[in-house]
Amino acid sequence: MRIELEKRAKVSILFSILSPFIAFALTLVFGGIMFALLGKNPAIALYSYFVEPLIEVWSLHELAIKAAPLILIGVGLSVCFRSNNWNIGAEGQFIMGAIAGSILPVVFYDWQSPLMLPLMLVLGMIGGALFAAIPAFLKAHMNTNEILTSLMLVYVAQLFLDWLVRGPWRNPEGMNFPETRRFAADAILPEMLASGRANWGFAFAIIAAVLVWFMMRYTLKGFEVAVLGQSARAGRFAGFSSRKMIWFSMLFSGALAGLAGIAEVSGAIQQLRPVISPGYGFTAIIVAFLGRLNPIGIIAAGLVLALTYLGGEAAQLSIGVSDKVTRVFQGLLLFFVLSCDTLIHYRIRLVWERLPAIKTDEAH
Amino acid sequence: MGIVEAILLSVITAATPLVLAAAGELVTERSGVLNLGVEGMMIMGAVCAFAATQLTGSPYLGVLAGVAAGASFSLLFGFLTLTLVANQVATGLALTLLGIGASGMIGESFLGMQGIKLQPIAIPLLSELPLVGPLLFRQDAIFYLSVAIVAGIHWFLFRSRAGLKLRAVGDSHGSAHALGVDVIGIRYLAVLFGGACAGLAGAQLSLVYTPQWVENMSAGRGWIALALVVFSSWRPWRIVVGGYLFGAVSISQLHAQAFGIGIPSQFLSSLPYVATIVVLILISHNRRMTLINTPASLGKPFVPDR
Amino acid sequence: MKKLLLALATTTAVLGFAAAASAQEKAKVCFVYVGSKTDGGWTQAHDIGRQQVEKELGDKVETQFLENVPEGPDAERAIERMARSGCGLIFTTSFGFMDATINVAQKFPDVKFEHATGYKTAPNVATYNARFYEGRYIQGQIAAKMSEKGVAGYIASFPIPEVVMGINSFVIGARSVNPDFKIKVIWANTWFDPGKEADAAKALIDQGVDILTQHTDTTAPMQVAAERGIKAFGQASDMIAAGPKTQLTAIVDTWGAYYVKRTNAFLDGTWQSTSSWDGLKEGILTMAPYTNMPDDVKKMAEETEAKIKSGELKPFTGPLNKQDGSPWLKEGETADDATLLGMNFYVEGVDDKLPQ
Repeated sequence: MRIELEKRAKVSILFSILSPFIAFALTLVFGGIMFALLGKNPAIALYSYFVEPLIEVWSLHELAIKAAPLILIGVGLSVCFRSNNWNIGAEGQFIMGAIAGSILPVVFYDWQSPLMLPLMLVLGMIGGALFAAIPAFLKAHMNTNEILTSLMLVYVAQLFLDWLVRGPWRNPEGMNFPETRRFAADAILPEMLASGRANWGFAFAIIAAVLVWFMMRYTLKGFEVAVLGQSARAGRFAGFSSRKMIWFSMLFSGALAGLAGIAEVSGAIQQLRPVISPGYGFTAIIVAFLGRLNPIGIIAAGLVLALTYLGGEAAQLSIGVSDKVTRVFQGLLLFFVLSCDTLIHYRIRLVWERLPAIKTDEAH
Repeated sequence: MGIVEAILLSVITAATPLVLAAAGELVTERSGVLNLGVEGMMIMGAVCAFAATQLTGSPYLGVLAGVAAGASFSLLFGFLTLTLVANQVATGLALTLLGIGASGMIGESFLGMQGIKLQPIAIPLLSELPLVGPLLFRQDAIFYLSVAIVAGIHWFLFRSRAGLKLRAVGDSHGSAHALGVDVIGIRYLAVLFGGACAGLAGAQLSLVYTPQWVENMSAGRGWIALALVVFSSWRPWRIVVGGYLFGAVSISQLHAQAFGIGIPSQFLSSLPYVATIVVLILISHNRRMTLINTPASLGKPFVPDR
Repeated sequence: MKKLLLALATTTAVLGFAAAASAQEKAKVCFVYVGSKTDGGWTQAHDIGRQQVEKELGDKVETQFLENVPEGPDAERAIERMARSGCGLIFTTSFGFMDATINVAQKFPDVKFEHATGYKTAPNVATYNARFYEGRYIQGQIAAKMSEKGVAGYIASFPIPEVVMGINSFVIGARSVNPDFKIKVIWANTWFDPGKEADAAKALIDQGVDILTQHTDTTAPMQVAAERGIKAFGQASDMIAAGPKTQLTAIVDTWGAYYVKRTNAFLDGTWQSTSSWDGLKEGILTMAPYTNMPDDVKKMAEETEAKIKSGELKPFTGPLNKQDGSPWLKEGETADDATLLGMNFYVEGVDDKLPQ
C-alpha cells in the first residue's frame, strides 16, 4: 500500500474548516484507547481534558491567561515566518522585554504615576525588539544564520535574568531570595473583569492578532511580507529589499514577544523571578504553525493549546494519570492537527498494488 | 593523570553526544529536511538504551535499542513531513514534546536503577602512546563510532554517488526529481539516519556520560546539536570542531569556578553560547562559502507530481 | 467499533462517577510539586511523605497531587484548582509557590495551606522547612576526618540562602575538626542535569579535592566519585546504591512525619498557622547510615548527631568570622533564625566568591 498526494487545484475550503474537527475526532479515539490501555476511564479522562476547563468561569479566565502570551508571540512570529525569517528565539525576546519593562517598577519603585504602566509596556516592546535586533543585524549584515543566533541568545537572556534577580535587582526585603520587589499597584496590568484573574494581556493578544490580520490582508506591507517570503528574487523585482524585511520582521516579532513578556510579568507574576516562562516562546512556534500562520487561526490555536495544559491538570486530578501521560496526549493532538491540514491542499489517495513496485517512492 | 589530560577526557565525554546528534542532523538537513525534534529523539534513545540494558544486562544491546528507538521515532516525523507534507518546524517541535512525555512514561519503572556502564575498549599499541593513547584509544565503542560516523559522512557526501544524489535532493528537489532521483525515498533514509544518530547520542548519555536514567536527562543537548549543524555550515568535520569547542568551553567554565575566580557563574555559564555565536559570525562572514554549503531546499516540502 | 467503544466508555464513566461520589466522604489532602514525583530528589522526597500520609491515614483521607507545576501563574491556577476541587489541606512544596499560595489562600479562607521553605504566612497559611544544615555540619566533620588533602568539593545549585547556609555549615563543621580545612565550590546553576553535575564533579576531582558533596538532585556526582575512587555524600535521598563503597552518609529528606502530624491536626480541628523549622530532632531530616569510614569517625559523627538532637550543639555558634576575616559571631553567640534564613555571605574558609 502506498499513500499518494495529489495537489488540489485550489485550496479546499471544506477541508480547511473540517480538518481540525477530523483531527480532534482522531485524537479522541486514539487518546481514549491510550487511557483505556493505561487502565484509566477514557470518558472521564477526555471529559476532564476538554470539557471541565470550559464550564467554569474562573477556569475560562485561566485559559485566557495561559493563551495570551502564546497568541501574542505567535502572531508576531507568523509575520516573521511568512517573510521567510526564522526567529526561533522568541523565548529570549520575551524575557528581555520583561526585563526592560521592569526597569521602572524595580529600579524606580517609589515613582508613582499613571504613566508607569504605559511606559513599561513601551519599554517591554523596545526591549524585545532590541534583543531581536541582534540576530537581525547579524543576518542582514554579517550573513549569520538567524536560527542559531536567536536560539543561542535565549540561553543568554535566561542567564542574564537569573543574574539580575539574584544580584542587583534582588528584593532587599525578600530574605535574599532570588526575586525582585513586588510591583506597586501602578505597575500592575489590571484584570479585565471582576469575575477572574485574566488581565488585559489577553486583550492585547486579540487586538494584535486583528491588526496583523488586517496588515497582512490589506496593506502594502503585508503584500511585501508575502512576496519576499515566497521568493526573495521576485521581491527584488517588485522593488522590495529583503534586508529591510529581515529588520522589519525580526523587530516586529521581537517587539510582540517583548510585549508578551512585560504583560505576563506585570499582569500575572507581578515581579521578576529567575524563571518567568515555561517555554512560551517555543510553544508559540507550534501555535503559529497550528494556526497556519494566520492571525485569526493563531487565536484559535493558542486557545486550544492552552486548553490542553489546563485539561492535563484536570486529568491528573480526576483520574490520577501522571504529567507524562498528559504530555503524550498533547503531542498526539498536535500530530493529528498537523497531518490533517494536509487535506486542505492535497487529496490523499491510497494506492493498492498487487506486486511491489521495483522502485517505490516511499519507505514502508 | 595530569590535569590537562583530565580536562580533555571530560571534554570528549561531554562533546560526543553533541557531535553524534549533530552529524545525524547534518545528513538530514543536507537532504533538505529540517528536523527540530533532535531533543525528542535523543531522549527516546536514552531511555530505550537504558531500559534494554537493564532488561538484557548488555549495554551493547542497549546501544542497539537506543539507535532503533531514535530511528523509529524519526520515522514518525518522516511520515508526517514527507508523506503528509506537514510543516517541518512545527512537527519537529511537537516530536520533542512527545519524546519528553513518552520517555518519561517508558522510564517510570527504571528510575533509580543502577546503570551499567559501557566499558572502554583499549586499542592495542595505540593506547600505549603518551597523551593521545588514553585520550583517544582507551574510549568506549560509542566514541569510536562517532569518529567513524563523521568520517563516513564526509566520504559519503563528497566522494560517493549516493551522497551526490542526496545533496542534489537537498539543493534542488525539483531538478533531482526531474533527473529521476527518488526524492522522498532519499529523504526518508536521511531522516532515519538522523534519528538513529540522535538515538545513539541518547544511548551515550544513559550508558556512558551518566549511566542512569532520569527524566529530561538530555537537558537541552538536542538543541545544542541543532545549533552545531548551522555552526558547521553543513560540513561534517566542522561539527567535530564545534562540538569539542562547545564542550571545552562548558568544562573550562566549571574549572574556572573551582579555581575560584570571581566572575558570576551565570556569565561563565553563558560563555559556551556566546562563544558559539562569535565563532559563527567569523565563519559566516565569508558569504560565498556559506551559501555554497547551505542546502537550498532546506525545510521546503516536496510533493512529486505524477 | 467506534460505537462499541463509546458505549463502553459511557458505562465506565457512570461507574467511575459513582466511585468518585462515594470517595467524597474522605477529607482530601493535596500536594503541588514543582518537579516530577519520580525525580529521585526533592519532589520524590515530598511524594514519599505523601505516601506515608496515605498509608497511615488512608482510612480518613485521600491524597492528590499535581506534578511538574511551573512557578508563576501556572502554580496559582494549579493551587486554585485544588482548592476548588475540595482539597481541605494543600501542601505547596516549592519556594517559588509562595505568592501563588498566599493569593489563593485569600480567596479560600476555609482551606488550609502549607508552604514549604517560604516566609509569608496568613491565618490559613503555615510554612514549614527543615534544618538541613544540621546534617551538613556532621558531613563537614566527617569530611575533615576523612580527607587527606584537606580540601572538599561542593557542587551547589543556586545561590539562595538555603544553599549558602549549607555550605557555611559544612565548612564550620569541617573547621571544628581541622581549622585549615578548605572547600571549592562550583555553582552548576541547575538542580537537575546529570551531565552537568557529573562534569562539575570531574572538574572538582581534577583540581584535587578528595571528598565530594552536592546540593543538586541527581546521583551523577556520586557515580563519578565512585568511578574515581573518592568518597562522597548523598543528597535528598539515600544514594548508597549509586556508590556502595563511596557514600559516607547522606542527608535524607523525610517530610512524612510532618505531613502526618499536620494532617492529623487538620482532621481533629486543631490546625493552626505556624512557621515550623524542624531538624534532626523532629526527624524531618535523617542521616543515612554512616558507612565506608573508620569506627572512630563513625563514633564522632554519631556523637555530633546526638548533640545536635539534644540541642547541646548548634552549628552556627561563635566564635565565627565571615569570609573576609571580619568577626561575625562572638564566643558562644548563636545565629538567630532570621539571619540564617536570609543568609547571603560566606564564613571563613570558603574558597569561592559568592555570586551576588
